[in-house]
Formats: sequence, C-alpha cells, structure tokens
Amino acid sequence: MAEAAIELVGINKSFGAVRANRNIDLNIPKGTIHGIIGENGAGKSTLMSILYGFYQADSGSISVDGKPTTIHTPNDAIAAGIGMVHQHFMLVENFTVLENIILGAEGEALLGSSIAKARSELERLERDYGLEVDPDAIIEELPVGLQQRVEILKALYRGADILILDEPTGVLTPAEADHLFRILAQLKEEGKTVVLITHKLREIMAITDNVSVMRQGEMVATRKTAETTVEELAELMVGRRVLLRVEKGEAKPGDFKLSVKGLTVKDSRGVTMVKDVSFDVRAGEIVGIAGVAGNGQSELLETIAGIRTAEAGKVTLLGEEIDVSGATDPGDLRDRGLAHVPEDRHHVGLVLQFEENENSVLGYHDEPQYLKGPFLDREKIVAEAGENMKKYDIRPANPMLKTANFSGGNQQKIVLAREMEQDPEVLIVGQPTRGVDVGAIEFIHKRLIDMRDQGKAVLLISVELDEVRSLSDRILVMFDGRIVGERGPDATEGELGLLMAGVESKEAAE
Amino acid sequence: MSAPYAKLPGWADYGLIPVINLLVAFLVAGLVVMLVGENPLRAAGILVEGAFGRGQSIAYTLYYATSFIFTGLAVAVAFHCGLFNIGGEGQAYIGGIGVAIVCLSLDGVFPWWINFPLAILGAGAVGAFWAFIPGILQAKRGSHIVITTIMFNFIAASVMVYLLVDVIKPAGSMAPQTRTFLEGGQLPKLNWLIEMFGLPIRSSPFNITFLLALVCAWLVWLLIWRTKLGYEIRTQGHSPKAARYAGIGEARIIVITMIISGALAGMMALNPIMGDQHRVQLDFVTGAGFVGIAVALMGRSHPVGIIPAAILFGALYQGGAELSFEIPTISRDMIVIIQGLVILFAGALEHMFRPQIQTLFATLRPRSAGVEATSGEGA
Repeated sequence: MAEAAIELVGINKSFGAVRANRNIDLNIPKGTIHGIIGENGAGKSTLMSILYGFYQADSGSISVDGKPTTIHTPNDAIAAGIGMVHQHFMLVENFTVLENIILGAEGEALLGSSIAKARSELERLERDYGLEVDPDAIIEELPVGLQQRVEILKALYRGADILILDEPTGVLTPAEADHLFRILAQLKEEGKTVVLITHKLREIMAITDNVSVMRQGEMVATRKTAETTVEELAELMVGRRVLLRVEKGEAKPGDFKLSVKGLTVKDSRGVTMVKDVSFDVRAGEIVGIAGVAGNGQSELLETIAGIRTAEAGKVTLLGEEIDVSGATDPGDLRDRGLAHVPEDRHHVGLVLQFEENENSVLGYHDEPQYLKGPFLDREKIVAEAGENMKKYDIRPANPMLKTANFSGGNQQKIVLAREMEQDPEVLIVGQPTRGVDVGAIEFIHKRLIDMRDQGKAVLLISVELDEVRSLSDRILVMFDGRIVGERGPDATEGELGLLMAGVESKEAAE
Repeated sequence: MSAPYAKLPGWADYGLIPVINLLVAFLVAGLVVMLVGENPLRAAGILVEGAFGRGQSIAYTLYYATSFIFTGLAVAVAFHCGLFNIGGEGQAYIGGIGVAIVCLSLDGVFPWWINFPLAILGAGAVGAFWAFIPGILQAKRGSHIVITTIMFNFIAASVMVYLLVDVIKPAGSMAPQTRTFLEGGQLPKLNWLIEMFGLPIRSSPFNITFLLALVCAWLVWLLIWRTKLGYEIRTQGHSPKAARYAGIGEARIIVITMIISGALAGMMALNPIMGDQHRVQLDFVTGAGFVGIAVALMGRSHPVGIIPAAILFGALYQGGAELSFEIPTISRDMIVIIQGLVILFAGALEHMFRPQIQTLFATLRPRSAGVEATSGEGA
C-alpha cells in the first residue's frame, strides 16, 4: 500500500458524556479515493470536522503525509493541504465565481492583483481537471452542480492535496453526479487524495478504492471496495442484516382519490414554479414524482396540502373540489382525509422545542378526541403517543422527551406515526427518508407499502431516484415545473435521469 | 447531523445559571460603585436592607413586584407567540382609563369588592384594545409589532396627558389628575400578610392586587401549557411554518395573543391606581412596562420564573431608592445602571456561562448530562 496521506491514530472526541468518536484509527493511502460511510450520528461528520479543524480531538494524533500535524483551526488544515467541500455550500451567493475563490485568500487590501493571479490559476486548474466554470458568473445564477465545482476549485486554489467531500451528490442529478465522479477520478490520477463521505452505498461501490464503515462512534471496518458487497457494507453500518430492496406485491388501483388539473403555482418571488400540472392518484397505488430538487415538486406538494395558493388549476380530493386560491386551510383538508408528511420535518412537520407527545397531535390538536373543553387532554395524548412510539419503534420511547433530542430517523417516524395513525384516505409524502438512516428507511418504506395495500392513495415526492423507483407504481418526472414524462416502475435509471435533466421525453423513451 | 450536547438538569438550568448571572451582574455593579469611590459592600448592604430589612420595605418591594408581574406576564405571553410586545408601558398607561371609568362612576355606588372585578374587566379591556390595534396591523398588514407598539406607547402618553389635563381633571384643580376615589374605589391593603410574620408596618401601598397578579400568573401557566389556544400560540411562536402546516390561522392567533398580552399589561394599572394612589395621575406606570421586558427575559417567559424576577426588580426599585437616599453619590441613575447590568447579564448574556457549566457538569456527573437522550439507538 502506498504512503498514507492521512493517518489518524486513537482519535477520541466526546461532547459532554456522549462519545462521538472512540479510538478511531484510519489510514488513507495517498492518491486514492476513500469512502467513509455510516448512519446518521455514527460520527462521520465529527471525525471530518476534527480533521478540518472545526473541533479538536480529546486525544489521538493526526499525521498528514507522514508528518505529525496539529490542526486547531480550518486554516491549519488548509496549510496542511486539506480542503473540504461541505454538504451545504459555503459560497457567497451574490459574488462571482472568482470572488468566491479568493475569499479568505484575498492577499492585499486592493483586490486587483490577486484577482488577476486567481484568474490565471483558475484557468490552469480548469485545464488540468476538466472543471469548466465561467469565472465571472454570479454564484446564485449557476446550477447546483456548477456551484459544487466552484467549491472544489476553491479547495484546489488553496493548494489542497487532500479533498474531503461531505455528501456531495445529495443535490445533483444522476448525470451531474456522474460528471462529479469523473472529476474525482481525474483528481486521483493527478495524485490527489479524495475522501468521500456518503450514505449512498451505490456511490461507494462505483468510485472508491477503499471504504471505511463507522457505527456508533467507532470505526468498525475498512475494506477494499473491490472485495466487498453492498450487502456486507449495509450490514456493517447497521449492525444487522437489512433488506435493501422493497418487497411489494402488485398494485390494485381503485377509484380516483386525488386529481390535479392544470395546476399552476408561483412562489413568493413571483416565479412560476409549477406549470400546468395534471395527474391522478388512485386508491391502492403509490404515485412517485421524481426530479432534481428545485423543479417545482416542493411547491406542488405544498399546494395540494393547502399551505400554498395556486394561480390556476383544480385539485379534487375524494370527489370534492378544493379551493386552491387560498381559502382552504390545511386543517380542513385533514378533516377531509388528506394527510401530509412534509419535506421539512424540522421546521414544518415538527416543532422541535415541543415534547414528543405535543408533536404527536400537531394539526390534529383541535379534534374533539384530544380536547377537554378548552384544555388539551394531556393524559390521552401522552398515552396515545406512547402506544404509537411502540408501534413505530420510535426510540427512546419516551413521549415526554423534547423532540429535538430524537435522531433524524426517529423524528421522521414521529411525523409518519401521526399522519398514518389518523387513517387518512390520501397520504402525500415529501422526502420520507431524507437524512434518515438505513434501518429506519427500511421501516418507513414498509409502512408506505402497507398504506398502499390498505387501499390508500399515496403521492410520493423524493429526490432519491432509487426510492421513487422502488416504491412507486407509476413514476412522474418533473422538470422545470412541468411533468415531462410518466413511466412504469421498471423504468431504468438512465431513462429517468435523462427526463430529470430535461432531455426531450421522446428521445428518452428510446 | 445533530451535534451531541450535554443537557443540564432542570435545577441547574433554571436555578444555577440565573444565580450565577445575577452574581456577575452584581460584581460588575460593585465595580461601578467602587468607581465613584464608595464601598460596594456597604452599598450592597444598604440595598438589601432597604429592600427586605423591615416589614415596611418588604411591603414596598412586593408592591413594585406586583406591577412587574403583570407587565412581565404580558411580555411573556407575546414572546410565546414569537411577538415582541414592547408596548406594555402604553397598554398599562391607557389601562388606567378603564380603572378610572369604573371607579369614578361607581365608587359611591358599590363597595370595593364589586368595583374591583369591574375594574379588572375595564383595565383589561382597554389594555387589550390598545394591543389589539398593533396586533391586527401585524396580522393583516405586516406592520412590525415592535415598531407599532413603541409608537403606541407615545400615543398612549399623549392621550393620557390630554385626558388628565383637559377632560377628567376636576374643575378648579391645578394638578393633572382625577379626583380621589371614594371608599368604593380603594382596595384593601395586604399589610397583615407581612405582619403575620411579626414584621410591623406603618403604612405601605402593598394591596390585594398582588393576589390578583399571582392568580394571573397561574392562569397564564394554564393557558400556555394546558389549553389548545396555548398550544397554538406556542406552535406559532416556535415555528410559523409548522403552525401553517397544522392549520393554525396566523392572523387569528397573533390578534388573540396580543389581546391577552394587552389585557395583562392593562391590569397593571389597578395596582397603583386602585391599590395605592386612589386616583389616576400622570406617569403612574413609571417604566413598569419596560421592566416587564426584563422580567420576562429573566424569568424565561415562565410564570414560575417571572414571579421571582419581578420580586428581584421590585427589590432593586425599593432598595435602590433607599440606597440613593443613604449614599447621595449613588444617584438614581446609578440604580438604573445596576438594573441595566442585571438585564444585560440575566437577559442578553443569558448563555454566556452555559458552555462552561455544561462542561463542568459533564465532567463531574456524566450521568446527569442527558446521555440517554442523545445516544438513542440508531433507527
């Protein structure tokens, strides 16, 4: 094995009494792509934050290129040749690409000379790595894939030899992700070392040379990618065998439960996000809407749920038309049998500061069964919340605990338990497994299939193409506010990927 | 990915941290006293003695605290809805009209125990009305509540000057105030409550409005944590998006919250007017509306915190008055500085010492640091 680019020995890090990292040893050989996987809360981000100087380890040592290095701040990390591309980009949106790249390395008081230097350096980097970006473009006008490229360029401009990428493909189309992987391969060829943090096993298999698995703060295994399987990695991550494929029978579609006709929605800035969208969802089927984030799916979902108002169009729920021009309250829709699992559980689906039991009735708090006069029937709410926690395996099973203290997967189960247990006729679900770990994904998928088999109509919106493909009985693809195609569950990823990228549906169908 | 953190036990969160903040505030205040060449220990002695030393001083402290409980609760209720009601001062001031209408027209007709509930309704209704206008402007027009309530403080002040100088001043009187209420507009004192502990009192303004304040504190607790309305208020306050999702009408909840908040602030007028001076004078609120903000901040918007915080500020008012009397170099303004420091450390810098204390707790007693909460199994 080649010389180590990064060597971690005995890293420990505790937050109070919580041990986020325990005795981590990690050896990342120079010039390789190294994957790090693990569930949420396994300690991946903590470990990388230590490496990048956001946190300091309680004990243990870091060597970079064989030299013991102390990293107290991100500046130390940059000096040691480590660059990081964050999951949420750290770019100034209204600056140009060039201005962003010199940010933090401006040099003198007057920017002229450093801009000129950056421009020529940028041209060289673009040539060497195939990272084409217009240096004078404004960041907010660039698509997400290019913004990410700017982040990579930023790290390289600072002389990074080791590049850490945190969940880099979450916001990309399959095509953009492929392009990113080609760039990473190119970087590797030039002798750079790449560390890829992800929870997508497929990516690990596709691109990495070695992969390390973390679980509950410990490094449980490191494998050569060529010598392992997806099943083995999943098992290592979760600590037990997991079902990666969703098992489901034939759909038996029944009556039309939800119909959308010619729906057009503008967002708060006045940009038309949903353009003349029509579709139906029938009882006993799951209709999935695939698309890259930001193509109008969120607005569509919120409009059907009564949170947003539409410019034009018609939504019919269980045969009755809904007033989409603003008069319909999400509460009314709930009474009529529509349940909504929102995309953003932190700000919409839950009040994190509330106790779990309080969240277990959010939106249903005005139903007579939970009230005693003007008072909430706390005893009943707590008892019911406790039962649902058992039923949905929400841990820790304590309905008095503050919601913020649950892990992402458990928070999502709290929302699902609330919406599913009210026995709705139509369930609309946004990003059911975003930020949720493998074990919980399996459970959530099973519950959604159960809903379908009970004859409910389910509308699913997800940016995870795998999820849409494995759950849906019909797949609609959204691009730029329109539904650009409908496919069956057997559609290939490439076919859907092209549709998601806006390539004409006729070509894609071939 | 949520960063793990050590959770403090309740008593440290709600007891230890405020006490430490308070001690630091007094420490800095002591430095200020030293700066003007006085002995801080002696000053502290006089302040405490002046606030709690005799039955008389305790009665005064609790009298001031009564006003602060009302205004503190008013600010707290609005806080729970994510609204910053700075208009407590004006709502309390204008609430005086409600008390005046009841007392001036009925003080010769009914005894106090009939007039008191009527005056509560009057003060509450007028205060509520004064908060309702900014509330509806916020809800329907998006006019920021901070700006409108501040402006309404000035309007209230002008309206009251006009009324007291031109309308309800008895003919021939030189002072801008109403006539003195008759027996039926005067509330009984509560001096016996303190005398029960063997502390004699000559005279004090401490009156039964204090009990009303405690009842209101309990009702606010009930409202916020036990009723459906309180649940909706808190949802709106923590996350307006979640409130929208839950079908809670934003406009409706904002207006209702402001009405409740204004009513509580308005009731503050009962304490000085019916309880002590038995007439409506100019500026009878004397800043209690603003102190209410500090009280709500320090009391963490919880009635159980607001009552001690109100007593603390009552003590600063009363003890501070004694202090500036005993040591003339420490003027009223110095007292304001001390109050300001308390607000600064207990309110604005509330979390300054939290990380250190959390680390301390995690090291000393790992068990108490809420491990079970954060290490919940995968899933």
